[in-house]
Amino acid sequence: MTTSVFDSHWTEILAAPFMRNAMLAGLCIAVAAGAMGYFTIARHSTFAAHALAHIGLPGATGAVLLGLPVSVGMGLFALGGALVIGALGKRASQREIATGTVLAFATGLGLFFARMSSSASQQMQAILFGSILTITRGQVIGFIIFDAILLILLALIYRPLLFSSLDEQVAQARGVPIGLMNLTFMAIMAGVITIAVPAVGTLLIFALVVTPAATANILVASPLRAMLVSGLICLASIWGGLVISAMVPAPPSFVIVTLSTLFWALAKGWAALRA
Amino acid sequence: MVTDTDRTSTQACIVFDHAAIRRSGRLIWSEGTFAIPSGTVTAIVGTNGTGKTSMMQAELGLLPLDAGSLQVLGQPAGQANDRIGYVPQSYTSDIDSNLTAEQSVLLGLTGTRFGIHPVTRQDRERTRKAMRFVGVEDRAHLRLSQLSGGLRQRVAIAQALVCDPDLLMLDEPLANLDLAGQRATVHLLAQLNSRLGMTIQVVAHDLNMLLPVLTGAVYLLDGHPHYARMDDVLDSDLLTHLYGTKVEVVTTPQGDMFVAPDMDEPIGPVHNRYQPSQVARLHETDKERTS
Repeated sequence: MTTSVFDSHWTEILAAPFMRNAMLAGLCIAVAAGAMGYFTIARHSTFAAHALAHIGLPGATGAVLLGLPVSVGMGLFALGGALVIGALGKRASQREIATGTVLAFATGLGLFFARMSSSASQQMQAILFGSILTITRGQVIGFIIFDAILLILLALIYRPLLFSSLDEQVAQARGVPIGLMNLTFMAIMAGVITIAVPAVGTLLIFALVVTPAATANILVASPLRAMLVSGLICLASIWGGLVISAMVPAPPSFVIVTLSTLFWALAKGWAALRA
Repeated sequence: MVTDTDRTSTQACIVFDHAAIRRSGRLIWSEGTFAIPSGTVTAIVGTNGTGKTSMMQAELGLLPLDAGSLQVLGQPAGQANDRIGYVPQSYTSDIDSNLTAEQSVLLGLTGTRFGIHPVTRQDRERTRKAMRFVGVEDRAHLRLSQLSGGLRQRVAIAQALVCDPDLLMLDEPLANLDLAGQRATVHLLAQLNSRLGMTIQVVAHDLNMLLPVLTGAVYLLDGHPHYARMDDVLDSDLLTHLYGTKVEVVTTPQGDMFVAPDMDEPIGPVHNRYQPSQVARLHETDKERTS
């Protein structure tokens, strides 16, 4: 019985080309999610980030319907949603109902588009729950380019973005263009969501973008260190998920999310014991 | 009394000229014509919704005037903001911020810099100096979320001080603080004014705590702001009228404020209570005086 559960050829699976693509994609996602997760929490935009993934859903299924790449539709819809949310301002607490309503509508629309074609219907599960093992070499190259742009942009706006995350009013009084900061943040967020969705899907994205950053925040206080630790936790979750899912018959998305949640629970427990 | 003559010139720090503020179509206040001198400690007082915070936002150039003009530190409002330290009330809202006190204060210096700028030794020294002045140096490495409301406010003040402003503006600095915290904050403001010659403006609804340090007040009454020096106008009467409820105020002779060993114990209190008819008369005489 145990032999059937445990795959003794797991090392061969790990050496396969699709696994190498998945590992590289995981690295790119970890870099992007690690850097942006910190700001997502600092700006109280975790719900908005979660919603963006869902707003991207009809874009993804719609793209399949039109014969376009999934990430193009996903990215366009997420970016559109991001710019609208960003333009409305940072007061996330006042936007919860509007965001949630749009989230629900977008998910429904995504389902509608998916039902209009059989190919979209087939891809629906991959979009919702991710399929990191099907990531292509072309996608990985796209991820690397995105990461490079993200890191350069973030380096340029790092301090004003952090200042406006800490206290928008003070930053505004001192001359930080907070509207632009908001739009830029949300636009980058849309990009991060778009590249993270192939790994865990729209439904589980929270565990990859927000949870590692929350774990890092428990462990370290400096923003840069938190981003680094968050990226490492994200990477450990994805790579660990890939390795474990090669050994036992479990979908990678499930193992990735489980590991991410486990790290968070451990950090929480550690903090509680220390207090 | 120790004053910094460089900063406390006779030049006016804030000049309102027939200024009016409108918010979503509603006139908040109008006909604001007065000048607040440099080196003073001024309170903006008035009941809720009379436009105290709006006044501060107008001075920062964040809220455009509906009419008139407003000069701050010799320039149109909003142009000299790099010489203004601003502490909003919202320092209490972001209680789960993960930044340390030191990082937060440092942002007051570096937070407006786009591009890649490593933090210099000079930046760190200035940050440490600001934290030492407000007395949170020993909490530098604690996270904001680990600090009490009073300490978080001190960090916010240090963040405003770190760029060495000429004017410090605080929105309701005494709200949400216990008595000891209020006293400590008032003491700190007195120090900033007397030792550094900083001009200070405070939005407040409870004046009593601030009385020992105040040199004047802008009061928002009947939709028009008026400025008056404290020794002229400490009309407890006026305040009674202002708040629509009986207010007991202590008149402190100006000049005793900084020399008093314990500024929390005002010298020679004089309790005044006026009738509404008298208030109206005093209000009129004050109008004549300021115009």
